[in-house]
Amino acid sequence: MKPLVVHHTDTLEAHPDIHLPDTHQDTFSKAVLGFWFYLLTDCLLFATLFVTFVVLHSSTFGGPSAQELFTLPLPFAETMFLLFSTVTCGFALLEAVKGRKNSAVAWLAVTFLLGIGFIILEINEFNEFIQEGNSWKRSAFLSSFFALVGTHGAHVSAGLIWMAVMAAQVYHFGITVDTFRRLVIFSLFWHFLDLVWIFIFTFVYLIGVLS
Amino acid sequence: MKRKPVRLMLIATAIILLIFLLMQPLSVYHFQNYISVLFPKGMIGIEQRNLLLIIQAIMLLIVIPVYILTFIFSWRYRAQNTKATYDPDLVDHKIAEVIWWGLPLVLTIVVSVLTWVKTYQLDPYKPIESKNKTLNIQVVALQWKWLFIYPEEQVASINFLQIPTDTPVHFEITADAPMNSFWIPHLGGQIYAMPNMKTELHLIANEGGDFRGSSANISGEGFASMHFICRASSEQEYKNWLAEVKKSSNNLNFKAYNQLAKPSTNEVALYKLEDKNLFDQIMMKYMHPQKGE
Amino acid sequence: MFGRLSLDILKHNPMQDMAVVGMVLSGLGLIALITYLQRWKWLWNEWITTVDHKKIGIMYIVTVLLMFFKGFTDALMIRVQQALAVGDSHGILTAGHFQEVFSAHGTTMIFFVGMGMIFGFWNLIIPLQIGARDVAYPFLNAVSFWLFAGSGLLMYASLALGHFSEAGWLAYPPLSGIEYSPNEGVDYWIWIVQIAGIGSTLGAINFLVTVLKMRCEGMKFMKMPIFVWSSLCSMILIIFAFPILTATLVMLTLDRYMEMHFFTAGGGGNPMMYVNLIWAWGHPEVYILVLPAFGIFSEIVPTFSEKRLFGYMSMVWALIMIAFLSFIVWLHHFFTMGASPGVNAFFGVSTMLIAIPTGVKIFNWLFTKFRGRVHFESPMLWFFAFLLNFTIAGMTGVLLSSPPVDFQVHNSLFLIAHFHGMVIGGVLFGFFAGFTYWFPKFTGFFLSEKLNRYAFWCWFTGFLIAFMPLYMLGFMGATRRLDHYEEATGWHPLFLVVAVGAVVIVIGGAIQFLGLFWSIIDRKNNLDHTRGDPWNARTLEWSIPSPPPIYNFAILPVVDQIDPLWAIKRGVAPPQHKKYEDIHLPVNTGIGFYIGMLSMLFGFGMVWYMYWLSIASFVGILACLIVRLSSKEKHMIITAAEVKATEEALRRPV
Repeated sequence: MKPLVVHHTDTLEAHPDIHLPDTHQDTFSKAVLGFWFYLLTDCLLFATLFVTFVVLHSSTFGGPSAQELFTLPLPFAETMFLLFSTVTCGFALLEAVKGRKNSAVAWLAVTFLLGIGFIILEINEFNEFIQEGNSWKRSAFLSSFFALVGTHGAHVSAGLIWMAVMAAQVYHFGITVDTFRRLVIFSLFWHFLDLVWIFIFTFVYLIGVLS
Repeated sequence: MKRKPVRLMLIATAIILLIFLLMQPLSVYHFQNYISVLFPKGMIGIEQRNLLLIIQAIMLLIVIPVYILTFIFSWRYRAQNTKATYDPDLVDHKIAEVIWWGLPLVLTIVVSVLTWVKTYQLDPYKPIESKNKTLNIQVVALQWKWLFIYPEEQVASINFLQIPTDTPVHFEITADAPMNSFWIPHLGGQIYAMPNMKTELHLIANEGGDFRGSSANISGEGFASMHFICRASSEQEYKNWLAEVKKSSNNLNFKAYNQLAKPSTNEVALYKLEDKNLFDQIMMKYMHPQKGE
Repeated sequence: MFGRLSLDILKHNPMQDMAVVGMVLSGLGLIALITYLQRWKWLWNEWITTVDHKKIGIMYIVTVLLMFFKGFTDALMIRVQQALAVGDSHGILTAGHFQEVFSAHGTTMIFFVGMGMIFGFWNLIIPLQIGARDVAYPFLNAVSFWLFAGSGLLMYASLALGHFSEAGWLAYPPLSGIEYSPNEGVDYWIWIVQIAGIGSTLGAINFLVTVLKMRCEGMKFMKMPIFVWSSLCSMILIIFAFPILTATLVMLTLDRYMEMHFFTAGGGGNPMMYVNLIWAWGHPEVYILVLPAFGIFSEIVPTFSEKRLFGYMSMVWALIMIAFLSFIVWLHHFFTMGASPGVNAFFGVSTMLIAIPTGVKIFNWLFTKFRGRVHFESPMLWFFAFLLNFTIAGMTGVLLSSPPVDFQVHNSLFLIAHFHGMVIGGVLFGFFAGFTYWFPKFTGFFLSEKLNRYAFWCWFTGFLIAFMPLYMLGFMGATRRLDHYEEATGWHPLFLVVAVGAVVIVIGGAIQFLGLFWSIIDRKNNLDHTRGDPWNARTLEWSIPSPPPIYNFAILPVVDQIDPLWAIKRGVAPPQHKKYEDIHLPVNTGIGFYIGMLSMLFGFGMVWYMYWLSIASFVGILACLIVRLSSKEKHMIITAAEVKATEEALRRPV
């Protein structure tokens, strides 16, 4: 039995949800469903870090508390960067649905810049704290802050790498069955990160400053 | 198992199980002097043991039928027994389901109510009512020994403590070491000893004797050495012991304590307590940055 | 450059040195054998790069057997030490080494034997039972396996290079923090568990989507085999629980590597938080392990009783209840940590509630036998052993769930006896049952029934001898994890007895091991002469040849009831499709293997502070992923004509 190796043909079916009696069936919906489950696990990961933050947020061990440390303008700016990047990401996807490869890549580039902006602001904030002597070593509160916000930042950075790869793929291969599917999944990830940030902004910064 | 008699297997397993069942009372009888949980010497331990036996008895109401049915069904419905009814479509029976959802539920409710009540009654933090005044002892788990501090009597000891019988003892427990667990099975259940935390345990000895205590949570390489003796004696003997200790040439203050706290396994030692607030000072170590940190 | 590696890492006690030499020689011997038989290319093409779920399943089982050998040896060493180390004698192990041994024992058994067995069976059985040709993500499947294998290699590395953790299989801080455990031991543990855990999480997502999306026509949820239901509940538990473990390990890692204060004694840290989090994962974990074992029994009992499983709906609801309840009982692992009575009592009651659906399952299995025709071949023998041994442990579980009682037996050998009854009586016997049951399906021949019977007797009796006295020892005040005790405790005679029990179990294990090799050598005399259905079974995996062809089903089945093969045999199955079609299957790839090995290197680098190695491995993994996820998907096609020819060659016309 000599099996043949066949390359997939590029077709432009945006939502192929066809029922074929072979392992191709439902590739798109399977991939998306699986990714939702992955997001669920990521959500629980963040939930664990959140819960820990809640438990430890008052363990300042003689160091600064949230109220003393945080100001609102910076996290607000970060929120705006992410929020807008979510919108532009959405635009990129809309362009992809319409098959407009160049516009999609362009909007991805804007999203990328906004994401980079977010990361720069966050690194600056972290650096400031560290220079003041309020690094993650100072107290349990600061450890949990850096871990929670830092994990989110790490996810955003991973997302930026993914975004760059996606932009390259779309630019190179165009909008195909595969690249479209991957774009959809990527955008789910990006929106998810924005959602997590809203929680961080609210429960870490906002409530921290107001308490 | 085409030709092998099922009977032999069932009989053999039944016999083996029965042997183990028989070993229970036999070994309880043989080891009775050592079985501290089943033959405790203090009221708390006795209450806990009684609860254990009651729950065990209730569980047997379910478990014994399971074993009986296992053997009966295995025997009666073995493939070689053509006399038994074969009913391949018997896949549901409402009454049966009601019984084995319902009966365990009822029994669970009984055990739950009992547990709920007893958990409150036997809360380690709950003082023991007695006409005798409660004795306060502070306990510090160290690597790898136990420090007992008698703040009012101004004595301290390592790996040994003496208490008068029929006197409630209120333990305040912490650790200057990884998580340990303070346990004297003859008197009652354990509670964790944790750094930067204070737990409490109330016990009482209703009989005299030497009772072994130990740590029940691993805290490093010397953990197995963390056993100690709790001696319950008459009031007079206890007072004599206190007087003995107060004559000790060892003084325990915070400085001496810091030496003591270094990792080691120790023999029994007795101290005069110089620092009445030693326990609080030990706990403070974890609350704020230390000088020089 | 070499981090904290030094030649010291090779310094062990003589016994461990012998083990390492043995390990290295076996490895070299294996390499020599493969070279001699000129099988490197075959190994690469057929096994290392495979994305076929059946082969991946077999690789999982092989890895499990290798890890089981290690974990078992650890157990034996524990028993020998505790039998000897009384009074003036300090046994054969130092305290530190003993602590490494029991930490390795627990870690190996839970994360490798337990989880490995589950994923092995899921890979082998689930696609076949749901009438599918593959899992949802074949490439991810390979990645999950190689992460598992890479982590296993890291575990073996910890035997040879440096020390393993001395902090137990769950590594409570502050003991596991950098202050009290500065050496590489806990770091090994962290990365081994973390990498294996990620593999498990990805695998669970994979199989969950497989079950949700790839069931054959007509197989609605309430028509699935109970093994699939049990596994489904277990997968959902993994997805909800494992991220907690991942995050908690990350926090412990940050404490150890970056001087953070999550769980340190000072700095505002809260070790109790770790205990809560790790058991919030840990309790679901034990149900993750036992539910598939229950599922295996639910397949075996009906087959060997020639009767459908009693109370299907009841069984499903029991599973769902167990899965749900398993998330609200975690505190029962630390009643003694000083929570208020209200909190303790709540968790005590919730724990007792779990006993109800578990009991229901036992009754349903028993009544499957009622008015059936019961055969006692090997799989059913293991079910019998399960009933007898597991029930005792279940009973003592209810005792442990009452806080005041728990205060007296927590962390004592009573506890050890209970949970070993659950994992050996439940999970391990389930593994043995499933192994003997499905072995003919994937090999086309039987394991020796006679040898398996001897093994059954050794395990059943040995288990009782090795674990029943532990209950008594717990009552005598014997704490777990002791490397030495005094004569005056009176424990010594019982420790001798349980050591004998361990030896009896070893004999059983040896019989199984040798029995496996013997069966393979003697296979011509044990061939399955039926058409892939040696046990006269009821589910779809027995409707295809043994061993199954790569595409599983030549024509995807159509079902309309539980036990679809039984329906076919009774002539009441729905009409099947008749036409052969082209079959698309994924193509092999080495990238899963690369990712697994790079993960192992990443972990190794982190353990020894060789950060350049970790960074390079991480970049490598990233590169592998980018390459894979940027490439066009390749497939191989088996034409309808080829399928027809294969089926006819296997003598199975439509």
